Amino acid sequence: MIRPFSWNEFLFLLSAVQWTIALSAIAFVGGAVGGLAVALGRTSDVKPLRYAANGYIQLFQGTPLLMQLFLVFFGVPFLGLEVNPWVAAALGLMLNASAFLGEIWRGSIEAVPRGQWEAATALGLRYPGLMRYVVLPQALKVAVAPTVGFLVQLIKGTSLAAIIGFTELTRAGQIVNNATFRPFLVFGIVAGLYFALCWPLSWLSRRLEARYAAASQR
Amino acid sequence: MNYTFQFGAVFEAFGELLEGTWLTIQLSAAAMLIGLVVAILGALGKTAGPRPVRWLIDAYIEVIRNTPFLVQIFLIFFGLPALGLRLSANEAALLAMVVNVGAYATEIIRAGIESISKGQIEAGAALGLKRLQVFRYVVLKPALRAVYPALTSQFILLMLSSSIVSAISAEELTSMANNIQSRTFRSFEIYIVVTIIYLGLSLLFSTVFAAIQRVAFAYPDRR
Repeated sequence: MIRPFSWNEFLFLLSAVQWTIALSAIAFVGGAVGGLAVALGRTSDVKPLRYAANGYIQLFQGTPLLMQLFLVFFGVPFLGLEVNPWVAAALGLMLNASAFLGEIWRGSIEAVPRGQWEAATALGLRYPGLMRYVVLPQALKVAVAPTVGFLVQLIKGTSLAAIIGFTELTRAGQIVNNATFRPFLVFGIVAGLYFALCWPLSWLSRRLEARYAAASQR
Repeated sequence: MNYTFQFGAVFEAFGELLEGTWLTIQLSAAAMLIGLVVAILGALGKTAGPRPVRWLIDAYIEVIRNTPFLVQIFLIFFGLPALGLRLSANEAALLAMVVNVGAYATEIIRAGIESISKGQIEAGAALGLKRLQVFRYVVLKPALRAVYPALTSQFILLMLSSSIVSAISAEELTSMANNIQSRTFRSFEIYIVVTIIYLGLSLLFSTVFAAIQRVAFAYPDRR
C-alpha cells in the first residue's frame, strides 16, 4: 500500500538529521585525535614515523570511502566485536577523517616558520613544549578554515553509512521513499536538509579563509 | 581469531572484476571529459556572463557542493523518471557523475581564469581578437595550466566516488564486488581485493594525468 507523504513523514526525515549530526560529531572528534597523531607523525624527525603517516594518508586518500566502510563493517567481527552498522560507520569515518585532517594539519604545521622552531629549541624547549606552546597554537590559526571546510565533506560522507544500513538522513529518505513513492519530493527534502547543514559551514569556512588571508597580508 | 582467508572465490570471479574495473574506467573517463566541457562553459558563464546566468551557475555550484553525492544519485535515478525521463542505471550514474564533477571543476577553472592578468587579456583584445577568441586562445590554456593539479586531483576523487553509484546497481567495480559477495559470502576478501584495485586505478589515473601535463603544458613558464 502506498502511503501519502504527510507531515509525519517530514518529521521522520527531520528527526533523522540528529543521527547524521551525531555520526559527524563522533567521526570528527575521533578523526581529530587520529589526525593530530598523523600530522605529528608526518612532520616528525623520525623517518619510520614519517613514512608510516604518509602511507596511511596515501592509503585512505587513494581508496573510496565506501570501500573503507565495507572493510570495517566486514572486518570488525575479526576483532571479536559484534557487527553493528553504527560502530562500523563511526569507526570507518573516523579512520578516514584522521587521514584527511592529518594531511590538512601537516600543511598547517609546516606553515609555521622554521625560525619559530629554532627559537623555541634555543630557549631550551623540548619537543612536547615546543609543539604545545610554540608551533601548534600558530598552526591552529592556519588550520581553522580548511578544517571547517573538511567538516562539510565529512557530513556528506556520513550519507554512505546508509549503504551499510545505518539509519541516518539518507537511509531515512530511502525508507520514506519506499513507502510513499515520491522520490523527487523525498530526496529533494533530504538534499535540502543536508544543504541546511552544510551551506552555513561552507560559508563560514570561506569567511574565515578571507579573514586569515587579509590578516596575513599586513 | 580462527578465520581462514579464502581468496579462491575471488579469483574465480576474476572476469567479472575485470569487467567492472573496465566500466569504472569508462564511466570515470567519460564523466571527466564531459564534466570538463561543462566546467569550462560554467566558468566562462560565471566570469563573463550576464548577472542572471552568474546567479544560476552560483546556485548550481552551491547546491552540488553542499549535498551528498549519494542523494544526488537518488534524485537523478529515482526522481527523474517521476518527471518522465527514464534512465538506465549506467546512464543515471554517468549523468550524476557529470553533474557532480561539473560543479567542483567550474569553481576550480574559474579560479584559474581569474589568475590570468588583465594585461594579457587586453593584449589579446589589442591584437583584434573578439571576446570569445580571446577566451579560446589567450585565457583558457594558461588558466587550465594554472589549476591543472587541483583539477586532476578532483578527477581522481570523482573516480573514487564512482564506487557510490553501486547503490543504484550500475555495473561498475563496486557493484560487481557486491554481486560476488552475495554469491560467495567472502565479503572481507573480495573488498580487500577491490580496494587494492581502486588504489591501482588512482595510481593509473595520476600517471596518465602527469603524462598529459608533460605533453600539453610543456612550454616554459615566463614570469
